Parts: sequence; C-alpha cells; structure tokens
Amino acid sequence: MNLFSDAVNWILDPANWVGINAIPLRLSQHLVFTLVTLLIASAIAIPLGFLIGHTGRGRGLAVTTSGGLRAIPTLGLLTLVALWVGIGVVAPYVALTVLAIPPILAGAYTGFEAIDRRTIDAARAVGMSELQIVRKVEIPLGLPLLIGGLRSATLQVIATATLAAYVADLGLGRYLFAGLKTRDYAEMLGGSILVILLALVLEGIFALIQRFVVPRGVSGRLKTRQSGSTAGSTSTEPDSHSLRTGRPTAAR
Amino acid sequence: MTWVLSNLGLIWARILDHVVLSLPPIVLCFVIALPLGWLARRYRVSRGIILTGAGLLYAVPSLPLFFVLPAVIGTGLRSPLNVIIALTLYGVALMVRVVSDGLDSVDADVRQSASAVGYSAWSRFWQVELPLSGPVLLAGMRVVAVSTVSLVTVGAVIGVQSLGSLFTDGFQRGIQAEIIAGLVATVGLALLFDGALVLAGRLLMPWTRKAGPARRTAPIEVSAA
Repeated sequence: MNLFSDAVNWILDPANWVGINAIPLRLSQHLVFTLVTLLIASAIAIPLGFLIGHTGRGRGLAVTTSGGLRAIPTLGLLTLVALWVGIGVVAPYVALTVLAIPPILAGAYTGFEAIDRRTIDAARAVGMSELQIVRKVEIPLGLPLLIGGLRSATLQVIATATLAAYVADLGLGRYLFAGLKTRDYAEMLGGSILVILLALVLEGIFALIQRFVVPRGVSGRLKTRQSGSTAGSTSTEPDSHSLRTGRPTAAR
Repeated sequence: MTWVLSNLGLIWARILDHVVLSLPPIVLCFVIALPLGWLARRYRVSRGIILTGAGLLYAVPSLPLFFVLPAVIGTGLRSPLNVIIALTLYGVALMVRVVSDGLDSVDADVRQSASAVGYSAWSRFWQVELPLSGPVLLAGMRVVAVSTVSLVTVGAVIGVQSLGSLFTDGFQRGIQAEIIAGLVATVGLALLFDGALVLAGRLLMPWTRKAGPARRTAPIEVSAA
C-alpha cells in the first residue's frame, strides 16, 4: 500500500500541477485528443453507418472490415504510422481515428437494424419520405445503440491515447513512459491511476447518456435488443435478413 | 522482405513468446468466468455486483493496468505475470456477461423439462444448459481470443517480450519491415486461435453444423486496448 500512497502523494504534489508537465495540462491534452479523434471518426462513420443501416447495403463488407480491424494491434498501427509520418501528434490522430471508426460504424448501422421492420413500414405507409423515416424514426430509435458504439470507441481511444505517448509527447501517457525511463514508480503509478479514473468517469457518463437517449414510449423492449447487437464482432452474427424482417432468428 | 528473411529465427522466438503469454489468459478466463457467470444469472444481488464489476474492469485501459498490477500483487514491473493476469481479468470481464447471457438464452421450457425428467441442478447445468449455451459462449471466446492476442503486444512497452517487441524495436530503429512483420504475425496468430476455437466448436457441438448460425449471438461489447 506504500506504493499507492507514494502515487497519491505524487498526484497531489504541487510541483506536478505547474509547468509543461502539469497534470491539468496533460489531462486536457488527453481529453482534447480523444474528443477530436472521436469527432473525425464520427464524421466518417455515422453517415456511412446510417446509409448502411437504412439501405441494408454494404453490411457484409462493414462487418468483415470492423472484425478484421479488431485483430490489428494498436501498438503496431501506431508505430507504423509514426514511422511513415514522423514523430508527433499526426500519427496518433491517424491511427486512433482508424481504430475508432469500426465501433461507431457498427453502432450506427446495428441501431437501424434492430428496429422492428413493421415500425418502418408503418412510417412509410403514413406517407413519410425516406429522409423523414431516417430522421424521425430510425435515428431516434437507433440512438441507444449508436451511443453504445461511441462508448466503446471512447474507451478505446482513451486507452490507446495513453499508448500514443510512446510515439508523441501527448497526454497522460507521458507520465507512464517518463516514469518508466527514470524508474520513478510513483510517477508511473500516479499517471496510471489518473488514466484509469478518467476512463471510469467517462464510462459512467456514457452509461447515464445511454439511459437518457431511449425515446419515451420505448422501454424494456430495446434493452434486450441493445445487448444483443454485437457491433459486427463475430462471424456468427445473425444474418441480416432475419434481423431486418424482425422475425425471431432461432429455429424453435 | 530482406529483414524478414534474415530474422526468421527472431520472429519465430517472438511468436512463441506471444503464444506463451496469450494462451493462459484465454483458457483461464473461461474457467473463471463460468462459475461467475452462473452466479450472475442465478441471483439478482450477485448479478448487479458481478456485471457492474465486470463492466468497470473492462473499462480500465490495459497499459495503466500493467503498471498498477505490480503494486497490487507484488510482482516485478517487467514480469510476464502482469500481462497474463491483466489479460485474464479482461477475458473474465467480457466472458462473465457472455456466460450469463448464454445461460439466459436457454429456453425456460427446456430447463423445466430437464428438471421434470429428473436432472439435478448440477447435472442439468452440465448436460443441458451448458451445451445449449455453447454457441453463445463460443462467440464470446472468439472475441476474447482475438483481443487477447492483440493486447499482448502492449506488454512490449513495459519490456515483456512478445510480437509487440517487433513494434517497439522496429520503431526505435526505424525498420518498417519489422513492424509490418509483427502486424502480420499478430493478425495471423489471432486468426489461428480463432480458427482453432471454431474447429473445437464443431467437434464439441456437432448439432450446430446443421442448424447453422441460427441463434442470436451474445452481447459482446468490444473495446480493446
């Protein structure tokens, strides 16, 4: 436990709250970096995911790509891009955007797919245009799953942004690597604790958001669906047809 | 290419290191998650505690966990045990949910029928519920295997040798081929493990071959690294 009190002392040490290595500065770097990466990834993945979800086209490709991307080790991608573009913040941005896209994309299209086809047929029957269906039916109903995708992506970016300090002078990860180099365990542990706290706080915030974005009138039904879609994670995914028709997939 | 050809021995050694680090977590997490997942499904109180705990654990980034573990369990900072234990924890965090949902996916009618023809709770679990939730468990284990193989590489930055060492070494010495070789080998290893699991699933659950992937798969949220 002595190690932990050392780490807490390190966090509370006023010397670590000023200068270029100040904790607030590193923390905000980490947050800004995460936010920007998520924005870029969302700008690409959300429209694409909506398109796939609405039309049902390109789903196979999306599943394969996002499944394959998960097998790629982040450290490998990070170091490779860093060699290409040079040491600096560009490499982490590129690598992390690539990694953040699959979960967001999957959240966007599975959100649409989880909607009962009859609901969408009904919307079409009362005269909604395709754009209206997307805007007023599919997006609100698919939102919890999209937020779920954003949640996974955020966790991943927070984690990998720590690793990104290996190739760039960036974020809370600096403390881990600086401490490793100077064998300062209090710094390493203190930095680690800060990253873990940050991840847990964001996880909590997302859990709250996810609860609030369920539209009124849609209750428990969506919850089971929500846990059911795995964001294109395995090839044993249910075929899109049964999902789209809303029929039970299991042959009973 | 020349780098790869002249360093085949090194790559092979790192592959073996990688297998040694990734196999124990994959096996261990299944063994540990099975009773925990059962417990999570069985009682309301334990469900809340176990699933919340698993969710929080899963949110902890891997690199900081590698640093925190030595302080908790007293291992050396560069001990491979840190990586094995950390990855086992992640596997458990993911599989607990999968096991609980897998057991949930067994039809209540089937469960009652099993009891009605005389199965005890113990034998019903092993002979009815576990086999029937097999496809869901398999899907979960495939995710665990792939992400474990990928996460082992992170250990390289704290000095635990694996295929990830090819990334750190290649980066420091500016050898692209080394990093690419590491990437290919890691993905290849992940695919190999994945294939082995699929094969094991076919052998252990011959009935799923005819039905195909009929059952809705388990909830597996994925956020690696």
